[in-house]
Amino acid sequence: MAAEPILELQNVHASYGNIKALKGVSLKVYPGEIVAIIGANGAGKSTTLMTICGIVAVDEGDILYQGRSITKVAAEKLPVMGLCQVPEGRRIFPRLTVHENLELGAFYRRDREGIEKDMQRVYELFPVLKERKRQQGGTLSGGEQQMLAIGRALMSRPKVLLMDEPSLGLAPLIVQKIFDIIHEVNQKEGTTILLVEQNANLALQAAQRGYVLETGRVTMEDEAEKLLHNAEIRKAYLGE
Amino acid sequence: MIREFKKIGKIYVFGMLWLLGLIWPMVGIHKDGSLSFGRAFTIWSYIVVGTFACLLLYLLNKSGYLDKATKPMGRVRDDLVAKARAVPVWIWTLVALAAALIYPLFTARYAHDVAIQVLIYISLGLGLNIVVGLAGLLDLGYIAFYGVGAYTYALLSVHYGMSFWLCLPVAAVLASVAGCLIGYPTLRMRGDYLAIVTLGFGEIVRLILNNWMSLTNGPNGILGIKPPGIYVPSFEGGFHFEHIYLKKLYFLYYIALAIAVVTIVAVRRLNFSRIGRAWESIREDETAAELMGVNTFMLKLLAYAMGAVFAGLAGAFFAARMRFVSPESFTFLESAMVLSMVVLGGMGSIPGIILGCAALIVLPEVFREFELYRMLVFGAAMTVMMIFRPAGLIPAKRVGTRSEEKEG
Repeated sequence: MAAEPILELQNVHASYGNIKALKGVSLKVYPGEIVAIIGANGAGKSTTLMTICGIVAVDEGDILYQGRSITKVAAEKLPVMGLCQVPEGRRIFPRLTVHENLELGAFYRRDREGIEKDMQRVYELFPVLKERKRQQGGTLSGGEQQMLAIGRALMSRPKVLLMDEPSLGLAPLIVQKIFDIIHEVNQKEGTTILLVEQNANLALQAAQRGYVLETGRVTMEDEAEKLLHNAEIRKAYLGE
Repeated sequence: MIREFKKIGKIYVFGMLWLLGLIWPMVGIHKDGSLSFGRAFTIWSYIVVGTFACLLLYLLNKSGYLDKATKPMGRVRDDLVAKARAVPVWIWTLVALAAALIYPLFTARYAHDVAIQVLIYISLGLGLNIVVGLAGLLDLGYIAFYGVGAYTYALLSVHYGMSFWLCLPVAAVLASVAGCLIGYPTLRMRGDYLAIVTLGFGEIVRLILNNWMSLTNGPNGILGIKPPGIYVPSFEGGFHFEHIYLKKLYFLYYIALAIAVVTIVAVRRLNFSRIGRAWESIREDETAAELMGVNTFMLKLLAYAMGAVFAGLAGAFFAARMRFVSPESFTFLESAMVLSMVVLGGMGSIPGIILGCAALIVLPEVFREFELYRMLVFGAAMTVMMIFRPAGLIPAKRVGTRSEEKEG
């Protein structure tokens, strides 16, 4: 494992108005890893990702990316730096075509040839998207939309990919497919992945390390394997 | 057919009784307190006969009694559509442009006047389309920028005698500056809030025009605006260029046409550009757009400014054409009118908006005798449109059908 974390949260606090959502979250992500954040509803998992992406403001603490503070960096500058998110509930652009959705993923990029190459790569990764190239994003099925959301994020050539609930509302078979692809992206491209999941079992199987979030605080961090066999976790999140 | 009628008949009967209850107070109660039923009943019976005929036709068609007539007609229509599709779009564009160019030669003054109106509104509608149709920001005070453009030319022409051609870009720039000024504080808001705030700003601009007596002459308006002028070569007494004002309506028609064509081309280019794509992404999902690296604030501001540019151009031309401006031309009703044209025609669709503008300007002119009922018909037409064609007369081209659930 590399010595320097690529992404680090130091005691981050964030809130929606008066409601405190994060009360001091600290975590580290090293280059090339898959890290899972698990936790119940309202634990602050999605908020953590939205705070990293600059959509929710940081009240206190610091976020470091490649050793630089990105706490004050505007949200739209982060994809240029290699930080991209696949948001919860996919949030693709429903009335734009699949192709246009992917083009928007590469919005900040100007290198036409590179974009074209990456487009081909995404179409190889998700052949179904190629078939539906000219179709509106909103007409895709749930699983296809999730693939589109991942493809769109990949178009920005992320160094760190933040994924929020990629399994949300999908059939088990499709979820397996999505996780296979997450694995493939991580292995082949060396993309670091920070994964937020309700489905703790799946997430911890895919990840190398995991964090457990409870009401805005990190309550546990360990290797994924160990978390998976932790009796407390099994009780709380795996329903045993 | 009987079964079909039973389903709809009850609703129809109740609807008609309800309508009678609505009509009677409007025409049956007189100022002196007396009541009458005859007139309300006559009007109502006309409506009943008319709607019943429509209903009957609808039912006959639905239960297949009219197939003998509709099938061949449908075939003819499909044939025509297929043939029209075979001709490339640029030929249609050329045909439309040629028709627009020779239009004044075959028509009279009145028709020129209406056509100029349509062309002004096309510029306005397409400008608003950038804000509403592309960026998805509901702007209810759009006419303020039209006002800024009109007053810019009016003031520069009356006080400094500046030429129309010089003022045209100045008006566009000032309107876009106004767009940025209004946009900067308001664009942090989303959805409904934005609509209300823009409505407020539109009214503020109108009130400023109305009350700043020393500059705008208040509600009396500004008189004596010069029409556009051109230099024509003259050979009398040696060769020189003579400056003439274009007061003839058909000259003005060509200027309006030029402005409209420039707007159409510009909006089309914007529509298919990187910026246009980014605007659409903001309309679809602002947060997701931001996550993809779209600078949403700057782009929304740009949408406002670009929309205002075309309103400014149209405004300057409006001032030059009327040779008089007053705050009365820039009321909320005008904003609503332009918005209706955009929605009626089809948000985001350029041919749709052109058709929408033409429909909302020309139809009231054609049905001048029914002027009293104009707003009534307008409201009814909008309601029916929204029910049957919610995407507009010519919806924006976005192909796509629901894909089969091919999971598992």
